[in-house]
Amino acid sequence: MAKALDTKDAREAKPPRGSADSSNNSGDSIAAMLDANGVLTAEAERAANISDEELRTLYRLMVVSRRLDQEGLNLQRQGELGLWGPYAGHEAAQVGAAMAMAPTDWIFPYYRDFAMAVCRGIDPGAIMTIFRGLTHGAWNPNEYRFAPFIIPVGTQVPHAVGFALGCKLDHDDTAVLVGFGEGATSTGDWHEAMNFAAVFNVPLVFLCENNQWAISVPMRQQVSGRIADRAAGYGFPGVRVDGTDVLTVYAVVRAAADRARRGEGPYLVEALTYRTQAHTTSDDPTRYRTEADVEPWKSKDPIRRCAERLQARNAFDDAFAQAVSEEAEQRALAMRQHLLSAQTPHPASAFDLVFANPPESLLREKAEFIEALEPERGE
Amino acid sequence: MRTIAYRDALREAIREEMRRDERVYILGEDIAGYGGTYSVTKGLFEEFGAKRVKDTPLAEEVIAGAAIGSAIGGLRPIAELMTANFSLLASDQIINSLAKFHYMFGGQSKLPVVIRMPGGGGAQRGAQHSQMLETMYAHIPGLKVVMPATPYDAKGMLKSAIRDDDPVLFIEHELLYSVKGEVPDEGEEYTVPLNRGIVRREGTDVTIVTFSRMVHLSLQAAEELAKEGIQAEVIDLRSVRPIDLDLVLDSLRKTNRVVVAEEGWKYYGTGQGLAALIYEYGFDYLDAPIGHVAGKDVPMPYSKPLEQAALPTRDDIIAAVKAIVPAPAGAGAGA
Repeated sequence: MAKALDTKDAREAKPPRGSADSSNNSGDSIAAMLDANGVLTAEAERAANISDEELRTLYRLMVVSRRLDQEGLNLQRQGELGLWGPYAGHEAAQVGAAMAMAPTDWIFPYYRDFAMAVCRGIDPGAIMTIFRGLTHGAWNPNEYRFAPFIIPVGTQVPHAVGFALGCKLDHDDTAVLVGFGEGATSTGDWHEAMNFAAVFNVPLVFLCENNQWAISVPMRQQVSGRIADRAAGYGFPGVRVDGTDVLTVYAVVRAAADRARRGEGPYLVEALTYRTQAHTTSDDPTRYRTEADVEPWKSKDPIRRCAERLQARNAFDDAFAQAVSEEAEQRALAMRQHLLSAQTPHPASAFDLVFANPPESLLREKAEFIEALEPERGE
Repeated sequence: MRTIAYRDALREAIREEMRRDERVYILGEDIAGYGGTYSVTKGLFEEFGAKRVKDTPLAEEVIAGAAIGSAIGGLRPIAELMTANFSLLASDQIINSLAKFHYMFGGQSKLPVVIRMPGGGGAQRGAQHSQMLETMYAHIPGLKVVMPATPYDAKGMLKSAIRDDDPVLFIEHELLYSVKGEVPDEGEEYTVPLNRGIVRREGTDVTIVTFSRMVHLSLQAAEELAKEGIQAEVIDLRSVRPIDLDLVLDSLRKTNRVVVAEEGWKYYGTGQGLAALIYEYGFDYLDAPIGHVAGKDVPMPYSKPLEQAALPTRDDIIAAVKAIVPAPAGAGAGA
């Protein structure tokens, strides 16, 4: 196949880093990186060779993301946003997975993957203009290799599979990551996509951010058995990892992406975490769970766990923590300012972009709308 | 010009566009070695290979979804769904993703996806396999829905659909695949626009507005009516979305009478939508209520005599015309 037009430049670039599990070509080599709790073993950590600086970057992005999440919540509570879907508790899964992908790789997120967008370098203030209803597309998907957030649960998974199929037809080195929650694994889209990905052996990493709650429905009512085990039924491997440990997610997803890039096909990573906040600001979790349910997961806070890992490496001190905290404050402020200064679009722009080549009837409807809006123009 | 069948015209369009643009590929069930359920893709696997002619698992949601994803990556997929009836499984992807993404992505991703599927009854396929579902898709902003009736248009419009940067639902009809018609020689380049109807037969007394297989029945009806001195103009819409309303209104100004003829159901369908547009924009030119020929308001029966009873016929069109056109002077005397 020819190079795809819009992504030609992205596809031509080579991924910058080598294989994380070059010692073994089988999918089991990824499972072998983990202990019984789904945490990276000390041996696998040494083999993964993740530098202190890399880990500090992951910490920094998690702290920034947590602060942006809080700011999103604040803005909604202050009436500046229609809706906010908090992602606190997902930072390790989102930051670890997004940073594990090469910059030339593509990510197909679900609606909660805000921290992934931050990792891709998309301006958080610009993203927030979507939630405020000021724009449709806040970033160019081809520039950031980051598809827009999808609302109907699970429908982005077939898109990611199709994109990955295209990468394979192009014979390039792009791998694709698709994010979804555990609720999505109940959809037909997800199962069809899992099968399709396996049959065509596409370079795709499935990332399940299992936060154990699909609005009010708990995991035990959503899924029988383990999500990671589903992959075996489709003929490819999968693992459940501790989704609150960013180092583990980072190492495992990187290995899965490298494996995909080598032509060894799809891989499923189930990152087990917990949704400590509401589903969205329209949800009241006190109606279906107690504080006692949430409490055990607070000790598994992704940011705290990462700080502990850095401390164990003697790579964490107060000055670093302070600098990161200040950066997070600055970025939250910048996000707020960007959002509140963004212009409201002209109502007639609602007619734009329905089609690339709009039919005359739509252009006529727009003209009539403008005339009704501003009668003096028609005179 | 040579004469070829509708299915061969479709195949030529796909083949020519695949040769012309390496980004074009096809996916669907039984389309590779098997050549497609209606033999439209026969020979394409042999010419273009497994990379560009992809037999997929039997799963319409992911066929449509994967087509969308690959289009985001810059490819130009043609997805074949075995029938429009099965497109209901893919309708979330078609309506919630395909129709919306150019809009929701701020125009930054184009969705040059063609989804081909046959609809319609008349082949004793039963209730779940004979539906005309274009109304459902034509209702949705962001989709183009075309239904060519002739081999010439099938080829020319499919080429246009493949080249168009918007999603196009290309709805064929099971009983049209073997219909033959004149088509320029292969390689002799032509396209047919996706937004223009065509006057198939000129007339002065009434305008029959129709599309897909009903074009042929309408032309037969017009011939019969001519024997009785009624000159019917027949408009083939070719595209039900966008709709070439100007062509219809121009004809109405001449004939002052309209019959809408479709195979699908009457209520809330394409025909009623069209009639409402004619009332809205052409009321002053109407000398009679709009006649409407449609399928009977029942699931398509499997039994042959019942199916024939449920489908609209040439005679239904003739009766609808006569109901709104005054009998010509001396009618019946010399016929």
